[in-house]
Amino acid sequence: MSLLEIRNLDVRHGLLQAVRDLSLSVEKGETVALVGANGAGKTTLLRTVAGAHMPAGGSVVFNGIDITTVPAYRRVGLGIALVPEGRRLFGQMSVEENLVLARSAGRRGDWTVEHVLDAFPNLKPRRHAKAGNLSGGEQQATAIGRALMTNPDVLILDEVSLGLSPLAVDRVYASLQSLIGGGTTIILVEQDLRRAMRVADRIVCMLEGRIVLEGKRGEISREQVSEAYFGLGSDKGRVHA
Amino acid sequence: MNAANKQPIVTVSGLEKRFRALVVLDQIDFSMRADEAVGIVGPNGAGKTTFLSVLVGAHPPTRGTITFAGEDVTNLPAAERSRRGIIRTHQIPRPFGGMTVFENVFVAAANGGNFAREEAYERASESLRLCGMFHLANRRAETLGLLDRKRLELARALGTNPKLLLLDEIGGGLTDGEANELVGTIRELRQRGIAIVWIEHIVHILLQIADRLICMDAGRIIADGDPQTVMKTPAVVEAYLGGSVE
Repeated sequence: MSLLEIRNLDVRHGLLQAVRDLSLSVEKGETVALVGANGAGKTTLLRTVAGAHMPAGGSVVFNGIDITTVPAYRRVGLGIALVPEGRRLFGQMSVEENLVLARSAGRRGDWTVEHVLDAFPNLKPRRHAKAGNLSGGEQQATAIGRALMTNPDVLILDEVSLGLSPLAVDRVYASLQSLIGGGTTIILVEQDLRRAMRVADRIVCMLEGRIVLEGKRGEISREQVSEAYFGLGSDKGRVHA
Repeated sequence: MNAANKQPIVTVSGLEKRFRALVVLDQIDFSMRADEAVGIVGPNGAGKTTFLSVLVGAHPPTRGTITFAGEDVTNLPAAERSRRGIIRTHQIPRPFGGMTVFENVFVAAANGGNFAREEAYERASESLRLCGMFHLANRRAETLGLLDRKRLELARALGTNPKLLLLDEIGGGLTDGEANELVGTIRELRQRGIAIVWIEHIVHILLQIADRLICMDAGRIIADGDPQTVMKTPAVVEAYLGGSVE
């Protein structure tokens, strides 16, 4: 049984259909990178899995439980943590307070404030700083740390590198590598294909609300992704590399 | 081919647009003929929409000049540019919801196009026919679905009798069938001699119309030419997908 099974998902934003009849399974311990142009539906898909957006059709099954209509806060309790685009930290609260807050999910596990600070050493000297005063890279690390504090079964990261300096992105990815090594299941959106291909077991390319290409790392080429990304292939159906 | 079509309809020189310290358009030089359809692609934040906004006069440029049909329009307000034939559509159509479809287009023809009442009436009717919306003329705009809102956005632009039509992501969110219908309408506009600049993320739709493609990144034009060649240019692929894998 897959950890996460998305079946025939349709998601709308008012008149606009952002995700169209999309199915995707994610196995335990897998790292999946979603790529795709602006408006492809990546963020909507992630938000729907996290419960921040309700679908118009289809279902989301997690750990064998149909969670399609389960509200977001209860999904955190079931083990789904989203690091949203733009981080969305509590700016007036300290790094530590942001991290401790996530304990309210009530899930048992290894993640403590100390453990997060070990995973993101650049946060150690910033522990008591207000989240609103942090650099972009420190904020992203705090947001990931906050998600980890819920001891999730799946960690969902939207736009990991957006707005970060190359150095900050390197730091975040170095920390992600240690999570991946530890067996955490991760779904991430990454615009930089090189980084996505380094970190993910599987690349999934979306176009206009659908998956148009997916394949395992090493079995999928940059040229294939580029063609699928722009919709330049002759066949618009889903391609398995 | 008429000789006038070979002349540039719009020429942009040294165009720069800053929002405080942020340089959104950086030394843009661009020229197109009246018989061209130019597609614009580029990653998020490349400056595409700002470029259209500066062309129509919604934002004044920080530096540079814009010449339209031989006239320097750099300092003309948007309403004047609209009356000279430069008009745009918006990413999110916002018709006057309480007015009918016809009234929406009539207002555009009478104000944006500066047509007198009877002429504006004719112009509005023709625009609605062209966009396949005449049968919806008496519907209130707020009751329209997404495709019809996009059609209405296009019809409003056509009501002004444009010479240069700037389209901002008009294909987004449509089904394949709807997008194909829209492409058919835009192709018809081209045949009527309207120069078209079209920003679109859905590249395969754009390639059905554009005979020339430019790619913007970080406020600059990084590629300009035949669409298939532009989309395979390493700098363009890199702008979207990051550097190549070593």
